Amino acid sequence: MKTENQRAWFLVAPVVLLVAFNALVPLMTVVNYSVQETFGNNQFFWSGLKWFEEILTSERFQAALGRQLFFTFTILIIQIPLGIIIALAMPRRGIWVPVCLVLMSLPLLIPWNVVGAMWNIFALPDIGLLGYFLNQVVGIDYNYTRDPVAAWITLIAMDVWHWTSLVVLLTYAGLVSIPDAYYQAAKIDGASPWAVFRYIQLPKLSRVLTIAVLLRFMDSFMIYTEVSVLTGGGPGNSTTLLSIDLVKIALGQFDLGPAAAMSLIYFLITLAVSWVFYTVMTRNEGK
Amino acid sequence: MARISLNALRHAYGPVRSDADYALKQIDLTWDDGGAYALLGPSGCGKSTLLNIISGLLVPTEGQILFGDRDVTRASPTERNIAQVFQFPVIYDTMTVYDNLAFPLRNRRLPEDRVDARVREIAAMLELDRDLTRRAAGLTPDAKQKISMGRGLVREDVNVIMFDEPLTVIDPHLKWKLRSKLKELHQRTRVTMIYVTHDQTEALTFADRVVVMQDGVVVQVGTPVELFEEPRHTFVGHFIGSPGMNVLPAEVSGGVARVAGHPVLDAPVIPAARRLEVGVRPEFVGFGTTGLPARVVRVADVGKARVVETRVGDTRVLAVVGEGQPVPDGDAHLVFDPARTALFADGWRVDAKGAAA
Repeated sequence: MKTENQRAWFLVAPVVLLVAFNALVPLMTVVNYSVQETFGNNQFFWSGLKWFEEILTSERFQAALGRQLFFTFTILIIQIPLGIIIALAMPRRGIWVPVCLVLMSLPLLIPWNVVGAMWNIFALPDIGLLGYFLNQVVGIDYNYTRDPVAAWITLIAMDVWHWTSLVVLLTYAGLVSIPDAYYQAAKIDGASPWAVFRYIQLPKLSRVLTIAVLLRFMDSFMIYTEVSVLTGGGPGNSTTLLSIDLVKIALGQFDLGPAAAMSLIYFLITLAVSWVFYTVMTRNEGK
Repeated sequence: MARISLNALRHAYGPVRSDADYALKQIDLTWDDGGAYALLGPSGCGKSTLLNIISGLLVPTEGQILFGDRDVTRASPTERNIAQVFQFPVIYDTMTVYDNLAFPLRNRRLPEDRVDARVREIAAMLELDRDLTRRAAGLTPDAKQKISMGRGLVREDVNVIMFDEPLTVIDPHLKWKLRSKLKELHQRTRVTMIYVTHDQTEALTFADRVVVMQDGVVVQVGTPVELFEEPRHTFVGHFIGSPGMNVLPAEVSGGVARVAGHPVLDAPVIPAARRLEVGVRPEFVGFGTTGLPARVVRVADVGKARVVETRVGDTRVLAVVGEGQPVPDGDAHLVFDPARTALFADGWRVDAKGAAA
């Protein structure tokens, strides 16, 4: 008979405890709120799935979800190819490698609210460098505080500036780990640069790109700080993404029940989409 | 197809401050069209560097490469029209085995029916025909390396096919089989092949001519028999043969070379050298009633023969004694076959006229 060593449980226990207190317990309070109604005075009444129904059928939630999906899709479509192109263009050896890496890391090191504030000022039509330039020099009527299209363009430009570096760094790490022999063999086989990319680099990058897409999806789907500082969800509701709307409901209107239900729906969407991504993108491995 | 000449080739990977910075010190070499060559030497001797310079993956620091009469020193691998197989399998993960083999042909825009015929022929030869439709990524390392080799062999019109220790990852029983296949293919197609290895058995069984390298220098080019019987350098004597050649410190005076004060060889008058040695293969060392006094230390039976380890003073001398021949116990006298014994000055063989080779 094989005796199993049960001591491992003791080693796992501290982590379980930590996760319980910083994730599971808070999450359970949210679950608790989502199925109850409160009239202040700390009085709670059971309300079943009422809040979930209300949120899912509300136009406000659907609109915010639509904006969120549009935002995430757009930044992925820009950041992933752009990140790959920049990583391919970066030098593989020599003194410019650390220079490029530091330059690429800089946007990632800036606190998120500072990024928001920077772009807020940068894009202001009357005093911001970008806003003033567009209005006075190029002559475009650009005002992100008034025009929803301008607000969206500013928002996406900010996210691309902030996060493309992550894709670049991940892709670059994947690229430098491809052994030289592959490039040499491709040269001998007479492969074109496109064939090298298509048949060597892209397949070898599939793993890091899966991670990059996953991270960018999750982060962009949950984005709050930069948007909140840049536009605060406006003008009107035009840039009110899910997280902005959630904060408005929870802390602005103090509707704890609907806010809790919305958090859970939000969480489940993120989880489900991440799972689908991961399963689909790793399906071909190991075959 | 063409004859390949390397003229005064030198290569350094970094900046050159002294001669020691060269990975290839000075190479002058001609590869005849249609030859089967082995490039033999220990790890780090510059074999792969030389190979990459011939294939065009590296541009030499100095010197010139000619394919026929054409200077290709700076030409790309594609322009040189060569094939190369690397030490570790390189396969295109997302392609099937068939597409992998067809890749070099399709890149050169060969008509698809020719591609198909060629791929099937090579696949049959390498016994990959049953896996043709499978994705290459899921195969064993053996099969992957066979695909790599197949991509090297699939083109018919190449100037030279180069193999950079291609059988490192292959199972021993398959190694022998693949090597005979290569040999067979060479005899059929007569394409120049250069086979890099650090394994003397591989080199000697594959090649018509073997190029032995050490420390970025070619020390000898010759047939396997020449390398065995007339090593031009103590390194060749030592590296080729099992066990390798005995190399004993010697001094020369009055036209006689002496080992431990005992005359063993008539020697010409030679210019001053830092180091004189006498080299003799264990196969040509015998026992007699007179000769170099030695002490038998150990006898190892290796099947058809016995390897006798003796000591002359503190120097180890090996002798190979055939079956049924007596091996003395304890003190003995060694006799070297004079036709197979040579004098080496600073490592290089001294011929009868006294010039160091």
